[in-house]
Amino acid sequence: MARLIRTEKEVEGRFEEVWLVVEEDPLEQWPAGPLTTVGREAVRQDGPARVRGEARYTADVQLPGMLHAAVLRSPHAHARVRGIDLAPALALPGVRAAIGPGEAKGLDEEAGFAGAPVAAVAAESFAQARAALAAIAVDWEPLEVVLDPEQAVAKGLLTMPSAHYERGDYEAALAGADVVLEGTYRTSVVLHNSMETHQSVCEWVGDTLNIYISTQYIWGVRDEVAQELGIPGDKVRVVCEFMGGGFGSKNGADEHTFVAAELAKRTGRPVRCALTRREENTAAGNRNATLQRLTVGARSDGTIVALGGEFVNAVGWSGWSAMTEGPMQMLYACENVRTVRHGAKINTPPMKAFRAPGFVEGTFSLECLIDELAAKLEVDPLELRRRNYADSNDGKPYSSKNLMQCYELAQKHWDRRHEVRARSTDTWKHGVGMASQIWFGGGGPPSYAWTRVTSDGRVTVVTAMQDIGTGTRTAMAQIAAEEIGVPLDRVEVVLGDTARGPYATLSAGSSTTPSVGPAVRAAAADAKRQILEIAAQRHDLEERVLDIVDGVVVSADGNLSTPLESLLGILEDAQILGKGARGPNPTGMSVLTFGIQVVEVAVDVETGEVRVERVAAAHDVGRIVNALGARSQVEGGIIQGIGHTLSEQRLLDPETGGVLTPTLDSYRMPTIADVPEIVCEFVDMPDEHLTNLGSKGLGEPPIVPLAAAVANAIRDATGADVHELPITREEMLRALEAAKRKEKERRGAPAAV
Amino acid sequence: MPELTLIVNGDEHVVEASVGTSLATVLREQLGFTGTKIACNEGHCGACTVQIDGATALSCITLAHSVAGEVTTIEGLREHPLIEAFVKADAVQCGFCTPGQVVSAAALVAETPDPTADEIRHRMAGNICRCGTYPRIEEAILHWRG
Repeated sequence: MARLIRTEKEVEGRFEEVWLVVEEDPLEQWPAGPLTTVGREAVRQDGPARVRGEARYTADVQLPGMLHAAVLRSPHAHARVRGIDLAPALALPGVRAAIGPGEAKGLDEEAGFAGAPVAAVAAESFAQARAALAAIAVDWEPLEVVLDPEQAVAKGLLTMPSAHYERGDYEAALAGADVVLEGTYRTSVVLHNSMETHQSVCEWVGDTLNIYISTQYIWGVRDEVAQELGIPGDKVRVVCEFMGGGFGSKNGADEHTFVAAELAKRTGRPVRCALTRREENTAAGNRNATLQRLTVGARSDGTIVALGGEFVNAVGWSGWSAMTEGPMQMLYACENVRTVRHGAKINTPPMKAFRAPGFVEGTFSLECLIDELAAKLEVDPLELRRRNYADSNDGKPYSSKNLMQCYELAQKHWDRRHEVRARSTDTWKHGVGMASQIWFGGGGPPSYAWTRVTSDGRVTVVTAMQDIGTGTRTAMAQIAAEEIGVPLDRVEVVLGDTARGPYATLSAGSSTTPSVGPAVRAAAADAKRQILEIAAQRHDLEERVLDIVDGVVVSADGNLSTPLESLLGILEDAQILGKGARGPNPTGMSVLTFGIQVVEVAVDVETGEVRVERVAAAHDVGRIVNALGARSQVEGGIIQGIGHTLSEQRLLDPETGGVLTPTLDSYRMPTIADVPEIVCEFVDMPDEHLTNLGSKGLGEPPIVPLAAAVANAIRDATGADVHELPITREEMLRALEAAKRKEKERRGAPAAV
Repeated sequence: MPELTLIVNGDEHVVEASVGTSLATVLREQLGFTGTKIACNEGHCGACTVQIDGATALSCITLAHSVAGEVTTIEGLREHPLIEAFVKADAVQCGFCTPGQVVSAAALVAETPDPTADEIRHRMAGNICRCGTYPRIEEAILHWRG
C-alpha cells in the first residue's frame, strides 16, 4: 500500500524536507556476496553500440530542416546591456532568427561573468550563426567587478547565508588540547570537460516540445522547461538515450535548452544549440575554488578533541555553496566541532556540482591536517584514524558502516611503505600516504520501474532514468535477471525518454543505482510472482514450491523443470506486467559511503615533479551489483582525481576575469600515460537497513580521498606539507623550501625538555 | 561550392563543401558517419580520430579538400577484434571518446601487432578519456586478439 510520508531528501549533500509517497517493500534482501548475476562481472549491454560508434548521442541528432544556434557572450566580467541591436545579424545570409536579453531564460541584461550569455542567433549552419554574432551591436555599461572571494565575503556578497555549525564546547576543548595544529589550504577551479559538450536539439510538434539533450536528469529538464514555458509537463518530452559525460555539470536544462526552444518556436524548425569546447570551459560550470582555514586540537595519544574551520567557497556568479565542511563534521569522532562556511558570489563563471562537490575539497584539507597531526605526534597515521573512529554521525546511527574493514584492507598497502621509501635516491624521493573517504550516496525515493515479460520468456525493464556512462543500464538488467531468475542476456532495459516509462531519479549524487535499483527489483519480483502463479495453475502445484532458475521454472522436488518460454508460450500475445517503486530510506539513520585510499608517489626534489605510482582503494558502498563496472568507476574517479591533484587548473585573467585555459591543450587532463597502477577492493557487504538491495552509489566516492592521499604521500617522501591544489611544480618547490626552513629551525632550537 | 571526392571505408563519395570545411564535418553532417565524434574541434583530444591510408589523422583539423588517401572511420572497423576487446575489458564508460580510441588503437596494432604497455601509453596519449577508462583501454589493446 502506498504511504504518504514527510522525509528528508539528500542530493549531492544538500538536504530538503519533502513529501513522498512510498510503497512498502516486502522483499527481503538477498544474502551477502556475489549471487548468480548480481555481484558478478557483467560487460556493458550497450558497450557494443558505444564502441562501434552506433550509439546516438545528442551530438548526433540531425533532424530534417534543423537550424543551428550560436550564443553571444559577454566580454566583460560584470556589465549591463544598455542597448542591443539584433537587426544587422538578422540581415546576414542564412540567419533565421535572433533573440536578446529577456527573450529566453538565461539571456540576461546583467552579465555576471565573462562568458555570460546575452543573445543568440539561429541560422542554416553553425558557421553562419557564429558569423552573425559579430554583427550584433551591444552597448555595454561596465559594472563593478569582484573576483576575490575573501573580498566578496567581506562585502557580504554571498550566494546564500553563511552556514554556522557547532557541537560541544570547541573553545574549551581547544584550550585543553595537548597539541594544536592549524593549516590554510587552497583548492583551484577545475573544469568538468565532459567529452560531449552541453547541447540540446529542440523541436515543436504541435503543442509538444521534444528536447534531445545531453543531460543527467531528463525529468528535471522536463519540469524546469515546462514551468518556464508555462505548459504541462507531459507536453515536454525529453530524450537522452546516450550521453557523453556530465560529472555533475548537466543536472539542469541550462540556457542552451531555453535558447533552442525559443528559436525553434520562432522559426518553426528544429534548432540545435551546442556549446563549443571553449564555451564549455567558460560558461558551463566548474568545481569552485576554496580557501580553508583549519584547526585541530588533540591529546598526545592522538585523540582528536577539537576541530574547527572556516571555509570559503568561491562559488562564482551562480551555483550553490557546497558542504566543504562536511568531512570535518562527519569523518571522525570528535565532540567539539565548530565550522563556518561562506559562499562567495563573485564575477566568475558558475559553480556546478562536480563529483562529490565540497567533500573533495574538504577532505583534502582535513585529511592533510590529520596526517600532519600524526606526523607531529609520531603516531602511525592509520592507527590515528582507527583511534578516532566515529560510531555515529553526530549522534545519528549509521545504516551501515564498514570503514574499519576498509582500514583492514588498506593495512597491507600501508605496510609497503618501508620498501617504497627505500627506493628513494638523492633526487627522487618515494613515499606512501593515505586518506579516508566519507560521502553520501544512499539515494532515495521516488523512482519507479516496470517490467514486461513476453511469452518468449524475455524481459524488458522500462524506467525513465539515464545512463550517463556509469553502466547503470547493465546494473538494472543484472538486478532484474537475478530477481526473476533468467540469464542476463534475456533482459533489455529501456531508458532515457520521459515519454517512455515512469519517473526515475537523476544520475548524480551517486544515487542512481541505490535509487532505481530497488524499484527494478520490486518490479521484477512483481512479474516473477505472476509467472509462478501461472506455473502453479498450469502444473497443479503450490506456488511456494516453485522457482525460476536460469530461465527454467522448477519445482522444489525436481519433478517440474520447464523452460520459461515453454510455460509462457501458451499465452502468445499475453504479457506479464510488473511494477515496482523505490521504498523509503531508513528513518533516523545516516546513510553514507566510506573508504580509504593508499597512494605511492615519487617526487623529484630538484624540479618539483610529482608522479603518482600506485593507488590502492578500499571502498564500502554496500552491495556491489556489477563487479566489472564498479572497478571501472573506482579507476575513473582516481584518474580524474589525479588530474585535479596534479595538473588541472582553470586560470583567470586577473584583470578581465576571462578564462585563460578554455582549450584542452591549456587545461591539462590526465592521459593514458599518466595512469598509475590501481588496486581496487570492496567490502561488498549489503547495507541491511537500506532498501531491498543494500547498495549505495559509487560514482563519487573514489575521487574524494585521492588528493589528500597524494599530498600525504608527498609528506612521507619529502617531509614537505603541500597546502594547495593542484600540486604544480611551483607549489611542490615552495613546500620543499618551507620544509627545509622548518627543519633548520627545529635543529637550531634548543632540545625539548 | 567546390566538389570533392572522398573514399570512405572503401566507398567513393562525391560531396560539395566550402574550402574551409573539416573532414569531420563532411563525415558527420554530409555522409552520416556520426561514429566519428567531435569533442574539442581543435585537434586537442583525439575523439575525431580517423585513418587516412592507415595513418591516424585528427579529422576536425583536417580540411576535407586536402584529403588524398582512403579514409577509414569507426564504421569501417566494426568487425575489428578491438571492438570485442574494448567491450570485454569494459574500456568504455560514456563512450564519446571510444570510437576515436578504437581507430587509434587499430592503427597501432596494424603497425605493431603485439604492443607493450609502454608502446600503448605512448601511442594512445593523444586520445583523451574524461571518464578515465585508460587502464581498461590498455588491457583491451594488450589482449586485442582475444
